[in-house]
Amino acid sequence: MYYTPGMLKSMKRVEATREFRLTQELPLLDPVQKVDLLENHHPDYIEDVFRELKVGPSKGTLTPKEFASVFEAYSAIDPEEFDLSTVDYDVDVLVVGGGGAGASAALVAHEHGADVLLVTKLRFGDANTIMAQGGIQGADKENDSPAIHYLDVMGGGRYFNDPDLVEALVVDAPGALAWLEKLGVMFDKEPDGTMVSIHGGGTSRQRMHAARDYTGGEIMKTLRDEVQNRKIPYVEFSPAYELLTDGKKVTGAVLHNLETEEYLVVRAKTVILATGGAGRLHVDGFPTTNHYGATADGLVLGYRVGAPLVFMDTIQYHPTGAAYPEQLLGQLVTEKVRGLGGQLVNTDGNRFIYELETRDVEAAAIIRECSERKKGVTTPSGYSAVWLDTPIIEVLRGEGIIRKRLPAMYRQYQRFEIDMAAVPILVYPTQHYQNGGLEIDADTETKIENLYAAGELSGGIHGRNRLMGNSLLDVVVFGRRAGKAAAERAATIKKSGKLSLAHLTEFHEELEGVGVAHDRIAPMLLPDYRRSKATEKKLVVLP
Amino acid sequence: MAEDMATIYVMGKAYEVPKDLTIMKAMEYAGYRFLRGCGCRGAFCGACGTVYRNVDDYRLRVGLACQEVVQDGMYLAEIPFFPGNKAFYDIEDLEPNSETILKLYPEIFRCLACNTCTKACPQDIEVMEYIQAALRGDIAKAADLSFDCLLCGLCAARCPAEIVQYNVALLCRRLYSRYIAPKAAHLENRVEEVREGKYDKELADLKKMNERQLAKLYDSRDIEPGD
Repeated sequence: MYYTPGMLKSMKRVEATREFRLTQELPLLDPVQKVDLLENHHPDYIEDVFRELKVGPSKGTLTPKEFASVFEAYSAIDPEEFDLSTVDYDVDVLVVGGGGAGASAALVAHEHGADVLLVTKLRFGDANTIMAQGGIQGADKENDSPAIHYLDVMGGGRYFNDPDLVEALVVDAPGALAWLEKLGVMFDKEPDGTMVSIHGGGTSRQRMHAARDYTGGEIMKTLRDEVQNRKIPYVEFSPAYELLTDGKKVTGAVLHNLETEEYLVVRAKTVILATGGAGRLHVDGFPTTNHYGATADGLVLGYRVGAPLVFMDTIQYHPTGAAYPEQLLGQLVTEKVRGLGGQLVNTDGNRFIYELETRDVEAAAIIRECSERKKGVTTPSGYSAVWLDTPIIEVLRGEGIIRKRLPAMYRQYQRFEIDMAAVPILVYPTQHYQNGGLEIDADTETKIENLYAAGELSGGIHGRNRLMGNSLLDVVVFGRRAGKAAAERAATIKKSGKLSLAHLTEFHEELEGVGVAHDRIAPMLLPDYRRSKATEKKLVVLP
Repeated sequence: MAEDMATIYVMGKAYEVPKDLTIMKAMEYAGYRFLRGCGCRGAFCGACGTVYRNVDDYRLRVGLACQEVVQDGMYLAEIPFFPGNKAFYDIEDLEPNSETILKLYPEIFRCLACNTCTKACPQDIEVMEYIQAALRGDIAKAADLSFDCLLCGLCAARCPAEIVQYNVALLCRRLYSRYIAPKAAHLENRVEEVREGKYDKELADLKKMNERQLAKLYDSRDIEPGD
């Protein structure tokens, strides 16, 4: 056992109250209590986290400082000097990003007859999609409907969501699930084929479908395999570093081969940005559940060509990030744990919130428990955390259920000699999802012609708070919409566009106008976790 | 050397790192900045398969760099890519039987049942068991046993019969899910209802509502009891 004596003492109190908690009913918060909790404890309401953007199409709007720093940054490319005369790839549709949205878009664009190229910064599939554990929503049961799903999404996003986008999400959901089923995604099913589905935070029907707790992984592996089977070309370790325009419309991109350091020019009739999230910017110092490459690159590219952003002042903190052991810090403990009956419990062994409130509310409640109320459990490195009582799931649903329904989680803790079926685990909120992003319409087109955006880097679908299981749904639904729309548009464009970086010259001038220092460069591409001691004596000897 | 430090050998080069770090964080501590060999950092993507050997031990062990904690004297190398064979197929044209698998991956005939693949799996999957199941045409079992595979490639790297187990596994899961598991009838019905426009009017009405009207509906909506 890996727990400290202090933790073990607190754990005894969790065990002592378990039987009582089995039948304890906590009510949902009313709207007034909810707002009060959020305003006092959710990081979105801490003024110091944000600042106003000084340049670009969304000038004057608030965003976390870490985001502002990459939006207000120069390109490594000098637009005056850069040579665009040799075109390395000439395609109909360029898909930037190799996660769930990019793969879905590539498949559907290809189905619509487009000549597609997919490019990605790391390996194809290295994305937040592959890490999504809990599930994918979709109103496909008798007692459910797209309309009921719609209401859950709007309420969860606190009514800020774009109604057209929410409609697209919920109406396309059954079709998206059927598409995945047909491609051979191994969903959890009853013997008669009925999808196993449970609740997630903020759902009024049990519509969370899963593939054990590797749901995103199973989807990603299948989509990637299908792209490979159809021989759709893709290039790895070659992110788009800048978009190209004809002065108005997007006409291609500059790629950067990270291994040879060569630049490559792509001419494309339409471009789909699907670069995903930004957890590796570590807003307000939070750890993150996101993959290594989640650095907001596509947002930066889109912003520079003039595509406006929406809801960039709201970040989703996943309520249950691993808080202990240290090696797992910030990693996702899927919401499915609570969906299956896992309870949040403070150091005294008491519950403090109903477990299936929306994520913003759950996160705020845990933060309040650990800060204002001082009812957290302290870890050796000084973090405060609360218990997630997992053994209660086995009491509720039968012995062995955790290994069966949560194999990834179980294995992850087992590696540190923590048997989550026998003992509770420690959790604290972690940066998980960017609720906002590039403004799109229901066909995923941004405000810039021929530039589309799908998945986490788009904004408006989830308002100010996304529900569990609507992100995997989002990448498939809007990835598919993007693929269709971009291919159809490309088919109407007869002549290839002129390639120019004029927008970058303008953007750089704007940055100089507000005095941004020249050493601030974006996109970031990869975070740097080297110890400063290891980098401060760095000497670059190879030219 | 301080008590809380360990010496590790990254591809033969020694570095002193804190003892409680994972291999990945220890390498970053030492000054490595990953390009390959680092993906999700949470044991879901298989980018950081690592082979290592402990001091005074001839045995090669495996792990994921993002999960495995360093040990003093550890010799290690990441295997960030494996050039394994993948069959290309149209899932719609296949039949879910052993002939299909043997046609696409005939090399699984060569399995020696040596179990090296199982020992090489950082996910503790019964790799040899599922290859044997695939050989027998028990696709459901192969799909079930291989479910947690991350496609890191370590099994294939160690296989004396040069089988690419992870791609066989993926084929089995797709065949099972596409053809053997019964289709979800309720999903098919709902897709049809959506196509017929059954929900269009209700959604159009909801879309017209203002926040106050929506909130009234939302706050009073009935919630299905969990099971």
